[in-house]
Amino acid sequence: MMDLQQFLFLAIAAFTGLSAVAVLVSQNIVRSAVWLLFTLAGTAGVFFLLGADFVAATQLIIYVGGILVLVVFGVMLTAQGPFVTMKVGAAEWVVASVVGVLLLGAIVITALRGPWTDDAAPQMEDPERSASSAELGMSFLGVSQVTPPAKLRGIGLHHPFLLEKTEQGTKPASAPERKQMAYLLPFEIVSVHLLVVLIGAAYLARAKRRRGVVT
Amino acid sequence: VTIGLDSYLLLGAVLFVCGALCMAMKRNAIGVLMGVELVLNGANINFVAFARYNRAFQIEGQAFALFVIVMAAAEAAVALAIVLNFYNNHLTVDVDTAEELKG
Repeated sequence: MMDLQQFLFLAIAAFTGLSAVAVLVSQNIVRSAVWLLFTLAGTAGVFFLLGADFVAATQLIIYVGGILVLVVFGVMLTAQGPFVTMKVGAAEWVVASVVGVLLLGAIVITALRGPWTDDAAPQMEDPERSASSAELGMSFLGVSQVTPPAKLRGIGLHHPFLLEKTEQGTKPASAPERKQMAYLLPFEIVSVHLLVVLIGAAYLARAKRRRGVVT
Repeated sequence: VTIGLDSYLLLGAVLFVCGALCMAMKRNAIGVLMGVELVLNGANINFVAFARYNRAFQIEGQAFALFVIVMAAAEAAVALAIVLNFYNNHLTVDVDTAEELKG
């Protein structure tokens, strides 16, 4: 008997994965755009399942509301007759299937190997396990005090990257140093970057006279 | 079945592979762009899943996912501007015809 958590994950994961496959296999670019819409919405559902409310809402607003509108406008502006369906040869499908299965196998084998989590059985019901949007906002303000010290087994506290120099030698970085990691500077950089990029995009896509057309 | 970190990693892997193949196979430049979005979404699922299942990445996973979303918005804007420019100059969106820089 499945509980609600498992049922929701299986439903949303199947929806998202099948939509992603449909984006790949559909030959019509307009249909690909619609399947991409379903994939992005399903990804937002996965984020909600993981307890990342703010990221899921951002995904819905920016991806589904913004990027997809951009893509659909691009499709509408360029979908002229032969460009709506561009056929791909059968040989390319065979090669792509082989490469895709190999790539998927490599990633899955790597993902299933090794302990990625810090404890054996994480409790999905524990609301403490996912950061609230308030904590996320504080980390963007550079005052993050909520990240617990690292217990990552993959790297380990004895990795040289995490060691600090003392007179006696090196010892694992203590908790206060690990807690100082916050994201004020990256946040500012990314906001200025977004401004620059949008100005650049407006400059690139401005209305120009077509080459060779005399008016 | 138990839903753990591995399940989310598998879903992310499926999205990543679909996106990579989409980038490689689509002849429409906007289809290639859709493949990029799929790849970024697969990576984002991994980030948020690690934020949930690994206490050390509780904040970091979600913060990086937000950065990825913003970067994807910037990338989509610039890429679509380039595609529209290419379409204005060449009257096609077939990436196979974009070979002027070939050596």
